[in-house]
Amino acid sequence: MLELKDLNVFYGGIHALKDVSLKINEGEIVTLIGSNGSGKTTTLRTISGLEKAKSGQIIFEGEDITAKPASEIVKLGISHVPEGRRVFSTMSVYENLEMGAYIRSDKAGIRKDMEKIFNWFPILYERRNQNAINLSGGEQQMLAIGRALLSRPKVLLLDEPSMGLAPIIVNEIFEIIKDINKDGMTILLVEQNAKMALQCADRAYIIKNGSIELEGTSEELLNNDLVRKAYLGG
Amino acid sequence: MEQVIQQVVNGVSLGSIYALIALGYTMVYGIIKLINFAHGDIYMIGAYVGFALTTFFNFGFFPALIVSMLVTSILGIIIEKVAYKPLRNSTRIAALITAISVSMFLQYGLMYFVTPQTRTYPEVLPNVQLKLFGTNAVIDLKNIYILIVTLVLMVVLQYVIHRTKVGKAMRAVALDGDASQLMGIDINKTISYTFAIGSALAGAAGVLVGVYYNTINPLMGSVPGLKAFIAAVIGGIGIIPGAVFGGFFLGIVETGVSALGGSLYKDAVAFVILILVLLIKPNGLFGSNQKEKV
Repeated sequence: MLELKDLNVFYGGIHALKDVSLKINEGEIVTLIGSNGSGKTTTLRTISGLEKAKSGQIIFEGEDITAKPASEIVKLGISHVPEGRRVFSTMSVYENLEMGAYIRSDKAGIRKDMEKIFNWFPILYERRNQNAINLSGGEQQMLAIGRALLSRPKVLLLDEPSMGLAPIIVNEIFEIIKDINKDGMTILLVEQNAKMALQCADRAYIIKNGSIELEGTSEELLNNDLVRKAYLGG
Repeated sequence: MEQVIQQVVNGVSLGSIYALIALGYTMVYGIIKLINFAHGDIYMIGAYVGFALTTFFNFGFFPALIVSMLVTSILGIIIEKVAYKPLRNSTRIAALITAISVSMFLQYGLMYFVTPQTRTYPEVLPNVQLKLFGTNAVIDLKNIYILIVTLVLMVVLQYVIHRTKVGKAMRAVALDGDASQLMGIDINKTISYTFAIGSALAGAAGVLVGVYYNTINPLMGSVPGLKAFIAAVIGGIGIIPGAVFGGFFLGIVETGVSALGGSLYKDAVAFVILILVLLIKPNGLFGSNQKEKV
């Protein structure tokens, strides 16, 4: 469904991605694991058009989207939940969700999807008139996910949804991610929390210094000695 | 007492002008973090367009106001596309210097065509004076027009920014450009809209000034432009209610200082207030120091 072929990206003079290739099939959760600065976020930003690749291709449903601007890529069906959530701080929860549906004009459909999001995240309904900045970190993450879903994507890119959250909230968020996937969503999940990510994903790629080092099913990687040592704490 | 009422009336009129210009400053800053020093000159162009329409084409007040706003909004879009857009990713100082150049280009470019001489607006509004509350303080009908036009424009602006898709996109881009693009918002278009709206407000202020003070000249934009910038900073640059407050506040303070016999010092007072605000509350009176949660 989504395929990256030999992607090279430079980020302020640094060769951030080196010949990165990966593939996501419909209905899968694929995770991209790596340490700080390994190129995870750059990969997602390049897919969604915020960074431009120097060479290589991004193919989405048979179409080359490498050169398309970010605002067009959303319309094709790729929605990106950015690192650090990036909710619109002085806009209300409701307005944030409205922005998620910016590319749509089917009012009835938006209202229906909004109800669905509020069912998934009842706390967002309770706080719908509060500014996003007044939400807790976990609630902001839920808002960012809800906002991304409102564009009705075919693929959801999640950048470190666990960042800065208490372990109990992290569990909750990962449960939600699984639920969204069961609902039919294809997901590319970027994480530092390798254990959580591998437990939730079907397949995984490991990225180091901008290159893909390993790939396989989650099970394979969970049992791989190298991975256990480097990413799972022994 | 009459004196006080009279000065408040004058101050509110002057403040309306400052507030309208300050709104454009603050909106543009909010979205691309550029102090658009050419903004005062867009206000000047607005005054000239209004002058041409009322003098040579016998337009009435409202048609002239609306056409001037249209012309300045288009001018604003063109300036952004030609002068600022190519510098969007360069240093701030480069953009700032460009803004100053655009300002001079507008001033002296227009001067070439219309000569530096001062022009006099025709009487487009009936010259009616009302006595206020049985005192001797008089309100000119023009004062009322200025205030009403300003208030209507501000209400429309609030509506656009909070209720329409374009307005919400403007707020979103001002808050977070990357996240806005991920929502599918076209940043270039949104910036164009912002320049259009801000410039239209400046154009309206230009016509109002022409009608109120009667005389206009090609350099009339620089000092009110600076004052409006101060007003925007006092309120907290990037914050819309702050610009409105700053504009009215500065207008009333200036007329007050003049009334007390300090008209020579009124500009100095404006700058002293600016310095005080920057010292005590650098984010402006409406600005917050709230840090984002991580």
